[in-house]
Amino acid sequence: MATAAPPVQKTTIPFWRDTRILAILFQVLFVVLVVGVLWFFYTTMMAGLRQANLLPSFAFLSQPASFSIGESVIAYDPSNTYGYALLIGVLNTIRVAIAGVILATIIGIILGISRLSENWLLRNVATVYVEIVRNVPLLLQLFMWLALTQTFPRQQDSISIFGLIYLHNRGVTMAWPETGSDFGAWVPWLWLGLLAGIAFYVVRRIQFARRDRPGVAMPQAFLLAGAIVTIGYLFVGLTNGEWPLSLSIPELQRFNFVGGIGLTPGFAALLAGLVIYTSVFIGEIVRSGIQAVNKGQREAARALGLTPGQTLRLVIFPQALRIMIPPMTSQYLNLTKNSSLAVAVGYPDLFSIAGTTLNQTGQTVPVIMMVMAAYLTVSLVTSLFMNWYNKRIQLVER
Amino acid sequence: MATEVSQSQTRAPQPGIDVPGWLRKNLFSTWYNSLISIVLLVIVFQVVTGFFQWAFTTEGWIAAASNGRLILVGRYPAAELWRPQLALALVGLLLGLSGGVWRGIAQALTIGFAGMMLVLTALWTQLPPANPPAPLTTELVLVGIAVLVGGAYAAGRAGGERLRWPIIAGWFLAYPTIILILQGFGGTTVPTNLWGGLMLTMLLAVSGIVLSFPLGVLLALGRRSNLPVVKFFCVVYIELIRGVPLITVLFMAQLMLPLFLPSEVRIDAVVRAVVAVTLFSAAYLAENVRGGLQSIPKGQVEAARALGLNVVKTTLLITLPQALKAVIPVLVGQFISLFKDTSLVAIIGLLDLLGVARAINTQPEWLGFPGGVWRETFFVVAVIYWIFSFTMSRSSRQIEANLNRGAR
Repeated sequence: MATAAPPVQKTTIPFWRDTRILAILFQVLFVVLVVGVLWFFYTTMMAGLRQANLLPSFAFLSQPASFSIGESVIAYDPSNTYGYALLIGVLNTIRVAIAGVILATIIGIILGISRLSENWLLRNVATVYVEIVRNVPLLLQLFMWLALTQTFPRQQDSISIFGLIYLHNRGVTMAWPETGSDFGAWVPWLWLGLLAGIAFYVVRRIQFARRDRPGVAMPQAFLLAGAIVTIGYLFVGLTNGEWPLSLSIPELQRFNFVGGIGLTPGFAALLAGLVIYTSVFIGEIVRSGIQAVNKGQREAARALGLTPGQTLRLVIFPQALRIMIPPMTSQYLNLTKNSSLAVAVGYPDLFSIAGTTLNQTGQTVPVIMMVMAAYLTVSLVTSLFMNWYNKRIQLVER
Repeated sequence: MATEVSQSQTRAPQPGIDVPGWLRKNLFSTWYNSLISIVLLVIVFQVVTGFFQWAFTTEGWIAAASNGRLILVGRYPAAELWRPQLALALVGLLLGLSGGVWRGIAQALTIGFAGMMLVLTALWTQLPPANPPAPLTTELVLVGIAVLVGGAYAAGRAGGERLRWPIIAGWFLAYPTIILILQGFGGTTVPTNLWGGLMLTMLLAVSGIVLSFPLGVLLALGRRSNLPVVKFFCVVYIELIRGVPLITVLFMAQLMLPLFLPSEVRIDAVVRAVVAVTLFSAAYLAENVRGGLQSIPKGQVEAARALGLNVVKTTLLITLPQALKAVIPVLVGQFISLFKDTSLVAIIGLLDLLGVARAINTQPEWLGFPGGVWRETFFVVAVIYWIFSFTMSRSSRQIEANLNRGAR
C-alpha cells in the first residue's frame, strides 16, 4: 500500500489518491456493505419468524425432549431435557469419531506401507483397493453398509468371525474388555504406573537438558509404566484369584447375546464406512510421506546394518511423520465432520438429534447455530492441538 | 517423479527375467512375502469369482436397467428430453474441438467421451423400451453425438491454433448456455425440481466450482490483503465454513435461506442446494487459491510494482494468473471431492444420482426380489461415480505432470 507511486506534480496528495485514506474508506465501505446485507437477512428473518410465532429462544433447551434415543454413552431418558439430548448427541459424535480416527489410522498406515511393498501382489491389490474406495462417495458407501447390515441373519444364526465377533440383524456383537469386581484393587497400580512414567520422563528430560545432550525418554517411560501396571495386574489377579480386567466373549443365550459389547447396525455401518473411506486417504498420506523421505536415508540405514523393519520404524517413519501431520489433521477433521452423515444411517449423533429437536420445537435458528458452533469448536480445538504438536515435532528436527 | 528418473539412470541393464525368476523376485522373495502372496491370492480369487458369480446370476440388474432415464436425468419430462441431449451434444462438440486442438489429455478425454456414447448406445439397445417413449430414439442421439465428437475432433485438428481462443470462449459460455437450454426459455420451462439423476449431480458439482470461483478468489485475495478488517471477515468466513460439515450448510440453506429472503422470493430446493454448495465450495477454493498465491515468488510482485503497476493490476495481471495456473490440479481435486460430496443432497430429499438409486430400491416392482435390488442399483451408481472421479483424478495427475514439465 505505502509503496504506491505518489503523483509527481503535486506536493500534497489529494485524499482520493492517498492509499492510506483509501484503505480506510474501502474498509468502512466493506463493513457497511457486509453488515448491511447481514442486517437485511436478520430483519427479514425476524419478521418472518415473528409472523410464524417462532421467535428464536433457547428456552427449549430446558424442556423435556420426549423422544427416545437408540443408544447413548451415558444414561438417557425421554423425560430429560433437549439440552441433555443434544449433549448425548455430542458424546455419540465424539464416540464414533474417536473410534474412527484410531481404526482409520491403523488401517491407513497398513495400506500406505502395502502400497510401497516389494511384494507385487500386495502392492497392486492395495492400489486397486485404494482407487476403488476413494472414487465412490462416502454416503453411497454408508448406504451400502447399512443395507448390508440389514441382510445379516437373525441372532440365532449369527455370522461368527473366530467366535469373537458376531454379525446379526440387530448389529454386531464382539468381544470386549470387561472390568472384574477387583478392578478397584488395580486402580492404585494404574495411578502408580502413570506417575512413575511421568516422573521418569521428566527426570530424564532434566538430565538431558543439564548435559545439553539429545536423548529419547518416551519409550522407556512407557515401558516403565507398562511394567508397573502389568505387575499390578498379575499381583491383584494372583492374590484374589480373579483378573481385574478380562476379555468378555459374547455367548449366544436363548434370545440374545450375553457378554461382549453390542454395536447397533447404524453405528457399525457408520464406523465401517468412515474407517474404510478415511483410511484410504490416510494410506495415501502415509505413502507420500514415506516417499518424500530422502532415498539416501533408507540406503544409509540399510548400510548401517538396520533391518528393513528397523529402517522403517526408526529412520523413515519419524521423518515421514513430520510431513504427514498437517494432512493427517485435516483427514481427522474430515472424519469427524463426515460423522454427521450418521443421520442417513440412523445413528443418533449430534446432527441427527439436532434434526429431531429442530422438527419438534421449530427452533431452526438456535439449533443450527448450536450444531455449527459444536462442530466448529471440535475443528478449532483439534487444529490448535495438531498445530501445537506439529510445531513440537518440527522443532526436534533442528 | 524424481525416483523414477534416478532409477532409470542408476539401474544396471537387466537381462530378460524368466517367469520363475519374476515370481521369486516379486512374490516369494522372503518367507513372509510368500505368506502374504498366498493369502492374498486366495482372497483375490475368492473375491473375483464371488463377484462374477453374483454379477452373472443375479436378476436384479433389471431394476437399474428399466430406470435408465431416471438415473441419467431424473424426472425430467420425456417430451423435453431433447434439452439434456442438446446440452450433451454441446459439451461433446466443445470437447471434440479441444481434443483436436490441444491433443494430450483433451484428446484422451474426447476418445473416452465418444467411446462412452457408443457403450451407452450398446447398453441402450439391450434395455426394455422406455415408457413413455422419448421423441427421438436415444440410441440415434447417442450415436449422433459420438459422430459429432469425431467431426469436431477432425475440425479441431484442421483448424489448429486459430480455434484456440474461440474454444476457450465457448467453454466459458457453455455453463450459462447449458443452464438456459435445460431450464428452457420463452414458452416451456422445466422447473429445477424435476432435474435429477446424473445430470443434477454434474450440475451441482459444476455450479459449485463455477459459481464459487469469483467468491473464492475474492476471499483468497481478502485473506492475503493487508486491510485488517477485510482480512478479518475473510478469515472468519473461511474458517467458519471449513469447520462445519457440508450437511449443516445444506440444512441451513434449506431451512434458513427462505427465512432470510422476503416472502415474495421463492426459491426451490435445487437452487437452495446450489447456493449451499457454492458457499461451501468457495471457502475451500479460497484456501486452494491462497496456496497458489503463496507459491508465487515475492520478486514477481516487486518487479511488477517497480514497473509501475498498481495493486489491482499487479494482482490481475501478475500474481493471480500464475497462482491459478499453479493450482489447476488442486482445483480438479476439489472438483472431484465436490462431485462426490454432492451426493449429500440425497439426504435433504433431492433426486441426484444417489437419491435416484434410493428411489429405485424402494420401487414396489422390486419387492419380490430376495434381499432387494440395492446391490445392483448401488453398484451401477457407484460405477458411474467411479468412472467420473477416476477419469478426473487421472487427468489432474496428467495436468500436474505437464505443468511440472513446463516449469523445468
